Amino acid sequence: MASGGEQTTSEYIRHHLQNLVYGQHSDGSWGFAGSAEEAEQMGFWAIHVDTMFWSISLGMVFLWTFIAGAKRATSGVPGGLQNFCEMAVEFVDDTVRGVFGNRQNDLIAPLSLTIVIWVFLMNLMDLVPVDFVPQAFHAMGVPYWKIVPTTDPNVTLGMSVSVFFLVLFYNFRIKGPIGFGKRMVTHPIPHWSMYPFNFVLETVDMLAKPLSHGLRLFGNLYAAEVIFILIAAMLPFYLQWTLSLPWAIFHILVIPLQSFIFMVLTIVYLAQAHETDEHH
Amino acid sequence: MNINLTMIGQAISFALFVWFCMKFVWPPLTQVMRDRQKQIANGLEKAALAEKQLEAANSSAATELEEAKQQAAELITQARNRANQIVEEAKQQASDEADRIKAGAQAEIDQEINRAREQLRARVGELAIEGAEKILETSVDRGAHQQMLDKLAAQL
Repeated sequence: MASGGEQTTSEYIRHHLQNLVYGQHSDGSWGFAGSAEEAEQMGFWAIHVDTMFWSISLGMVFLWTFIAGAKRATSGVPGGLQNFCEMAVEFVDDTVRGVFGNRQNDLIAPLSLTIVIWVFLMNLMDLVPVDFVPQAFHAMGVPYWKIVPTTDPNVTLGMSVSVFFLVLFYNFRIKGPIGFGKRMVTHPIPHWSMYPFNFVLETVDMLAKPLSHGLRLFGNLYAAEVIFILIAAMLPFYLQWTLSLPWAIFHILVIPLQSFIFMVLTIVYLAQAHETDEHH
Repeated sequence: MNINLTMIGQAISFALFVWFCMKFVWPPLTQVMRDRQKQIANGLEKAALAEKQLEAANSSAATELEEAKQQAAELITQARNRANQIVEEAKQQASDEADRIKAGAQAEIDQEINRAREQLRARVGELAIEGAEKILETSVDRGAHQQMLDKLAAQL
């Protein structure tokens, strides 16, 4: 709704749920989509600029914070930043040890730390009032600007599919192609007549994992964002706090919980990929 | 897109939310951080203390060992001295005893010699007279020659 004039509630809501898309217009030129219809016409070969900006910026925040904490690390009593970083690392390390056991893998703990902090920061953007940043960008002439990357399924599915590829990689590496194939046909019913059935079941199970993994995070945060927007759109301004404040307080719980769940599922899937037949 | 009172409504709830976090969320979190810091500080302090105690124990053990060695050396010297003294005393006693025994024996020998000499002396006159009687086939007056005989005996 680039021009002024009266804005209906549904327009307001739709506007707030629209990403800033860069892609090829139907006339062949490249540029930002000015409306939801234009964005849809761009198809697959388009990019959500706001999502990329916020996810990369928040990733940088995570990296700089922890680099600064690591550089200033002492073996003495930790200061504020080092203390915080140590607590985060310890927490992730404990969780990984609890789920993944003592198997040798140098990737999984750093991966889990990155996931939990990054997703947490991206979720945290949910608490910023829904109008603040989009209004500011609108004033600068940017038509759409979403600030919560995890309400964009591209982000959550991008992460969960990356984890899925890691799961496939470790399945092949730990079990070997034959072991992995054997596992795909012999579970859950280890009888030769059931092998095709098992294979279908295991394949569905395999493919459902990244989907549920990514959509769970997306769904939770998207719903949260929609409700914030609804509150902002439907209630008179002097009553908004009666609903948005409890909802925000509730999200003090939801935001860390969803990032934690995303991390734990990553660890669980990778642990399953590391399981060999002796464990069954 | 229009800026209206919605902005203010969001600002109100945001301010309330920030107040809520300051009041109820932040203090427990910082408390956890402080507790952890305190725990680490305590641990480090205890470790430092233990190290210091170990050092003190090590040095006191060293001094005690040194003292014990010194005492042992002293005792050995004393014992050696005492042993020497005992040996000296024993030697002294032995040589005294030997001297005493030697002196006793000497005295006895002297006594014996004297007695033998006296007996000889007593009998020499008789033997001389007997010899002379046999030579002279006469009796010699004992009284008249007593003086000469005594002189002879004294020469023995």
